[in-house]
Amino acid sequence: MSDSLCYHCGDSCDTTPIQFDEKIFCCSGCKTVYEIFTDNDLTCYYDLEQTPGSTPVDIKGKYDYLDSNEIIHKLLDFTDETTQVVTLYIPKIHCSSCIWILENLHKLKSEIKNSQIDFPKKTVRITYDAVNFSLKEVVLQLSSIGYEPYISLDDHATIKKSIDRSLYYKLGVAGFAFGNVMFLSFPEYFEVSEFWLDQYKYVFRYLMLAFSIPVVFYAGQEYLVSAYKGIRAGVLNIDIPIALGIIVLFTRSTVEILMDWGTGFFDSLTGLIFFLLLGKFFQQKTYSFLSFERDYKSYFPIAVTRITSDRYKKEETIQIYDIKKGDRLLIRNHELIPVDSILIEGDGQIDYSFVTGESNLVHKELGDSLFAGGRQSAGALQIEALESVEQSYLTQLWSNDVFNQDKDSRYTNITDTVSKYFTITILMIACIATAYWIYADASQAAQVCTAILIIACPCALALARPFALGNMLRIFGKQGFFLKNSTVIERLSQLDTLVFDKTGTMTTNTGDAVFYTGKDLNADQSVLLNTALRASNHPLSRSLYAALNANEVVSLDAYKEYPGAGIEAIYKDIILRIGSASFTGVQTSYSHLDTTVHIAIDQDYKGHYTFHNTYRQGLSTLFSKLIGTHRLFILSGDNAGEASYLKRLLPTGIQTYFDQRPKDKLDFIQKQQQEGKKVGMIGDGLNDAGALAQSDVGIAISEDIAVFSPACDAIMDAAQFDRIDYFTSLSKKTITIIKSSIILSFLYNIVGLYFAVTGQLSPLIAAILMPLSSISVLVYVTLLTNWVAKKRIKIRPVAPLENHKKSFSFNS
Amino acid sequence: MGVIYVLLTISILVAIVFFIAFIISIKNGQYDDTYTPSVRMLFDDELIKTPVEPSTSNKKQS
Repeated sequence: MSDSLCYHCGDSCDTTPIQFDEKIFCCSGCKTVYEIFTDNDLTCYYDLEQTPGSTPVDIKGKYDYLDSNEIIHKLLDFTDETTQVVTLYIPKIHCSSCIWILENLHKLKSEIKNSQIDFPKKTVRITYDAVNFSLKEVVLQLSSIGYEPYISLDDHATIKKSIDRSLYYKLGVAGFAFGNVMFLSFPEYFEVSEFWLDQYKYVFRYLMLAFSIPVVFYAGQEYLVSAYKGIRAGVLNIDIPIALGIIVLFTRSTVEILMDWGTGFFDSLTGLIFFLLLGKFFQQKTYSFLSFERDYKSYFPIAVTRITSDRYKKEETIQIYDIKKGDRLLIRNHELIPVDSILIEGDGQIDYSFVTGESNLVHKELGDSLFAGGRQSAGALQIEALESVEQSYLTQLWSNDVFNQDKDSRYTNITDTVSKYFTITILMIACIATAYWIYADASQAAQVCTAILIIACPCALALARPFALGNMLRIFGKQGFFLKNSTVIERLSQLDTLVFDKTGTMTTNTGDAVFYTGKDLNADQSVLLNTALRASNHPLSRSLYAALNANEVVSLDAYKEYPGAGIEAIYKDIILRIGSASFTGVQTSYSHLDTTVHIAIDQDYKGHYTFHNTYRQGLSTLFSKLIGTHRLFILSGDNAGEASYLKRLLPTGIQTYFDQRPKDKLDFIQKQQQEGKKVGMIGDGLNDAGALAQSDVGIAISEDIAVFSPACDAIMDAAQFDRIDYFTSLSKKTITIIKSSIILSFLYNIVGLYFAVTGQLSPLIAAILMPLSSISVLVYVTLLTNWVAKKRIKIRPVAPLENHKKSFSFNS
Repeated sequence: MGVIYVLLTISILVAIVFFIAFIISIKNGQYDDTYTPSVRMLFDDELIKTPVEPSTSNKKQS
């Protein structure tokens, strides 16, 4: 039992824990939530999971825009006079306690009638009384118990996406028909002539025909359509032999029944389509709580406060898209700057980590221009918009063509490559065999020809890839590497060039490495330095204070901060100055590129601290492993300050480019691709978004995968960064497995073709061979992918989706 | 031997009933979220536990 952990959120209560009701809380926020729950008989929340909660954040004024009816109506799913329904995305949802509390909201507020969670999507759908309650109150209520919803410009979409459930319907139809047809054709498998089998077989056969019609024309529809499209486009894709098989199976079986020649192959037909759809279903695994399609809209707020021009006093909430050039906007603390603008009032401490991945704050003064995408982190600002939202520097990147392309359509996958030759071969065999049989026994020719096309129908071939990739996708997902879809694995295996972003991707934002150069400070001076840094709110002071990690403080005699220059602190007779080179009175002979903090005591220059980024663990090992298999590049949006440090850290042969703007990164990748390279981009910020979209595989590194990452093909948990080589080699192994399973399915085809060519293909053989080949290929692929992944796994704890929390026994 | 017709009709009717039930369940969105209900169904037991728990709350469940 660890008693220093907060009962509500599980964080450690290091300094001053709050005691309440025999429990410990790390802050008053957590305590308040606990009180709300105890007052409403909702303490069951803490029984379901240990320390499930999260600290509520101060959101004063943040949701004022929800007073505007126009904006509310963009967000609501349904509304009438008395009831409104809204679906909110809540990133904090992570455990069963969350589900429980959010589905019991009606106990907290009787105006909330009903709330239902979709856990995989992390959304809650709330129905509430529109007369006595409002959306704003719903949001505030949620925030007060630590479940702040995330509302962004993305929710602005007027048309809510409808869910595509057609695959379920098709699977249902095919499965239903498959089972019944199998059942009905069973008597005929034994080929016994018995009085009442002969008597009733017509009923059975026509029933089978009836069952097959919806399977072919509804469930199998997309194969026919895709084959048709393939032929029109001149591409021999895998769906052509499949469609051919389906059509031949259906027509031959129908003709056989109508002419009373035999039973037909309806069992094989329905089984084939059922298995194919099953493969499709398996491949379809998606991580619905992640979004791979995000653009700037997911980051941007839906509304902003405008200060209307009559003497700059009245505030009104307007939608982001209504911002016009010249508008005065109020940006509160922790709000995002939505447009390129000029700072008019306030102290700008802008966090551009969304955009660049750089976590250090950027200081802006009055009159400085601000780029869209930064988050203000020190008090309110007034800014004047220079552009409209779509025309801002950052958002303009999204007008590039790459964002409108469907990446998957740029690639031919492995089965389509194989099927080209496969289709030609099958058609040739069919022609030759038919020609032979016309010569030998003309009455058999049509039979043989159709039999070949039936048995050659590449069910197993078509299944190998979806099952192998689908399974590998799940294996990757379990290890913290989430792919947009399974085709990404195939593209990953083909990469020969990897491009890394530096800040935020190769570096962590957990803290900077600090180096001191200069004269040593004595004990008194060190304590004074520490105290002065502690008092300052400047981001560099805070980083330095955290890095020095000293606890001793004294009470200062005088303390003054000079904005944009540094701080001055006086204790006894020591005057300490910390800040820029000019402030400390030193002629700077050092590189301007590094981030430095200078120290002077009593007008005497002592030395300076230099900040270096902290690189992720295992970075150099990863690069020396990757350099054997890939060409490596580093593109950084930062200046070249880190160049020499990087050079020491990484193996030779890695080209590094600095000062790369978002568009430069995109162009660089495009250039590599024009040279015929397959380029993978590993990045994190919005400034990499163009490069991620342009690259063959764009991987976004994310410290917290549930939070935001730009549009990409894959999202990787930052803790897995040093295992990129493992994932690429695993993807290559997967392709090898698919290739071998294709060979296996060919072997089945050869056996089947033997029966077909010699004119002995009975419905029974077809009915056995088809499912047998499909299922065995499926088992083969699944087992092998699991085995390969297991064999190569390094034992290593994977950061779970819920970064929860040490065990904490409940009974006190 | 009309009984075979009766049996066939019954078997297919039963199958169709289940098929329709399946279609309706998809339409209702039962397959959209296959995880949350599995957690939700366990909650009822926990609810009864609340008043029994001595240390958490003195109030009685209404």
